[in-house]
Amino acid sequence: MASKYANMTVKAYRRENGRVGVRNHVVILPVDDISNAACEAVANNVKGTLAIPHAYGRLQFGEDLELHFRTMIGTGANPNVAAVVVIGIEPGWTRRIADGIRETGKPVAEFSIEQNGDFETIRAASWKAKEFVHQTTEYQREECNISELWVSTKCGESDTTTGLGSCPTVGNMYDKLLPEGITGFFGETSEITGAEHICQKRAINEEVGARWYKMWQAYQDEVIFAHQTDDLSDSQPTKGNIEGGLTTIEEKALGNLEKIGRTSQYIDILDPAEAPQSGAGLYFMDSSSAAAECVTLMAAGGAVIHTFPTGQGNVVGNPIVPVIKITANPRTVRTMGEHVDVDVSGILRRDMTIDEAGDALIDMIRRTANGRNTAAEALGHREFSMTKLYRSA
Amino acid sequence: MAETKPIPNEIPHLLVHEDADNVGVVVVEGLTAGTDMLCCITHDNTTFRLTAGADVPIGHKIALEDLSTGDTAIKYGEDIGKVIADIPKGGHVHTHNVKTKRW
Repeated sequence: MASKYANMTVKAYRRENGRVGVRNHVVILPVDDISNAACEAVANNVKGTLAIPHAYGRLQFGEDLELHFRTMIGTGANPNVAAVVVIGIEPGWTRRIADGIRETGKPVAEFSIEQNGDFETIRAASWKAKEFVHQTTEYQREECNISELWVSTKCGESDTTTGLGSCPTVGNMYDKLLPEGITGFFGETSEITGAEHICQKRAINEEVGARWYKMWQAYQDEVIFAHQTDDLSDSQPTKGNIEGGLTTIEEKALGNLEKIGRTSQYIDILDPAEAPQSGAGLYFMDSSSAAAECVTLMAAGGAVIHTFPTGQGNVVGNPIVPVIKITANPRTVRTMGEHVDVDVSGILRRDMTIDEAGDALIDMIRRTANGRNTAAEALGHREFSMTKLYRSA
Repeated sequence: MAETKPIPNEIPHLLVHEDADNVGVVVVEGLTAGTDMLCCITHDNTTFRLTAGADVPIGHKIALEDLSTGDTAIKYGEDIGKVIADIPKGGHVHTHNVKTKRW
């Protein structure tokens, strides 16, 4: 018998490349930090567009530069984005990013500032942005199967209630929807430390598990041990985690891993901001555990909805991906209710089961895909934080 | 899917993940020393009672048995660190008496 999730549909935007998006943004995307002002001016001129200013894009090199391009192209290519105006200081890298996004088939235009100045660039880009707004606001939502959604997760400001309630809620959702064919993302390489022996075993086979462990070990060696000044006890667990009752990195990691449920297995490992290439299923993305960085990387990888369990109340959002906040902590519901989309504090009172909580989250995913704005969207949380691997030249 | 709602009239004060655990999590605000706590093991919803030995904030842990320096704190059925100061049954468990074994 088919599960009750098999025929669940959402009203969403089918893009030129077949992917399904749940928002319809016209993005004004700066290639580099010094093009932010022009992008923000265009977004101010043309209502219904969204500038995504950021801090980087000059004098990067090597793997750090590749990650920059991957993040920029992935953000523009995300199916929640209908069309993109790319603005950079010079035409070379601007063209490279525009062409990368153009592979999706969506409308893209690029402009560069040198030999034009901000005024002329803003004038020309504004005309194109206005054209894109007219074109894309006529796009209609259509019925799509829920299996076509790419759903990511990362938790933040964790406490002991995340391991008891909000993370198992996400895990229950994955256990139900991954068999239906959704694509899932989890990550937070540093926060698996303490449960790495368990995470390795959650791979689909030993080869993937061995590759996962090698990736995790490389992070320990190249990032933590290379840069630490003492042990990690001041930042993992964080001060907020400790306030919330988490004592050790092991306890934190075990709660974190509840997000992949009881039965879900990951099928492959992604570099930061890399799009899945191995078909539907769950992927581990090598990623920072900082909320805005991690959500930004997963959005660049193609996730269209993010599920975010929180204990003490992380308020993060993203410019292009709706972030659904789930909490089981009754104090957070009471003191920070405006940030909560799915209240699963009933799990702690034992008047809500994990199964019921998972269904409540699936229902919120469906409603969010249909267009319901999340708390983070309503509150204007648009944190876009690029991961930088090392200092620029 | 054998989940049930076993406690019709009383909200638990303390949740425990697994049978093997020797610590549990306070899930109510304002817990005071001396409270006769209803405790629930979420794995199978069995319940027991324990007296709180201290005022413990929501989200913080309580020892389910006497723990001695050198013991291992168990949660999720897993090792979450070593006990670095004796903790009486019902006592507050946190960074002052449990530490990771990693460093």
